[in-house]
Amino acid sequence: MSLPPDILKSLVRAAAEQVIASAPELTALDQAIGDGDHGANMRRGFEAVLDKLETIGTQPLDEALKTIGKTLVMTVGGASGPLYGSFFIAAGDALSRDKRLPADLAEVFGCAVGAVSARGRSKPGEKTMLDVLCPVLETLTADAGRPDLIDRVRATASKAVARTVPMQATKGRAAFLGARSVGHVDPGAQSSCILLHAVCNSVEGKQ
Amino acid sequence: MNDTVGIVIVSHSKDIAKGTADMVRQMVGSEVKVAFCGGNPDGGLGTNVPSIIEAIDDAWSPKGVAVFVDLGGAETNSEMAVETLQPEQRNLVVVCNAPIVEGAVMAATEAAGGSSLDQVRAVAEELSAS
Repeated sequence: MSLPPDILKSLVRAAAEQVIASAPELTALDQAIGDGDHGANMRRGFEAVLDKLETIGTQPLDEALKTIGKTLVMTVGGASGPLYGSFFIAAGDALSRDKRLPADLAEVFGCAVGAVSARGRSKPGEKTMLDVLCPVLETLTADAGRPDLIDRVRATASKAVARTVPMQATKGRAAFLGARSVGHVDPGAQSSCILLHAVCNSVEGKQ
Repeated sequence: MNDTVGIVIVSHSKDIAKGTADMVRQMVGSEVKVAFCGGNPDGGLGTNVPSIIEAIDDAWSPKGVAVFVDLGGAETNSEMAVETLQPEQRNLVVVCNAPIVEGAVMAATEAAGGSSLDQVRAVAEELSAS
């Protein structure tokens, strides 16, 4: 499965630029309950993705996803590197196995979410990016084919981020804070939401 | 020299990684290969997959390599690094669930006696058993 190079490139560029622009916000969230490097790490990773944009644009979608994932793994420098890297690599692997056109989006997304869960040995409810990714997977599954799917994905992601506020972290650096992690948005949930919104907006042609 | 299990130390801080490696060398001299890495790709605090792969290569031994990590991301990045290795190499690298300093020193001491990777790992991980 391939996308026209200009569409693939604009999609990746939009997502990367949005993450890079959000670095200060992600850092502020991470300073509250983590080690404060999430923004800088994600910016470094997605700047490296932008550097490879010309290559990515010419690749079939499965290979492009794997290139993005491997680039993040090698450049992010925190746990989010392997976590986001595994997400994109697993999505690419799922697409490589599934040659149907169009591939089942929920199925591909589900493989990617499963890889994040396995890599982090985590599940929803532990104040992590999975608390956004899993609800979005449910929306993609339940609302597949609906004309307003994109709106529903965006709304699900935003609501899911807000639901991380009262959660107590039991995974990652925030777990050291115990009950003091309650009352803050999870930085990884927020970066996942930012990425999902950017992709939705780009697919809609909004930017 | 007989082959001994190699030791890799992965900390968010290069100083901690180096200091731990110094302590290991003080115990076992050059009998055991020890490699360390620390810091994100920009040199700040963090860990990164390419330097972990490099450290595993530096400490490589046919008997395998035991990796010691400090906090969360060091473990996740180390596991990721191990997965990028060739299958025949991958099966000979373990990320130990042990405190980084005590674990590395105990493991290196065990390795110096010619123990297997499983034995080295078991000695280090006993420290985490409660």
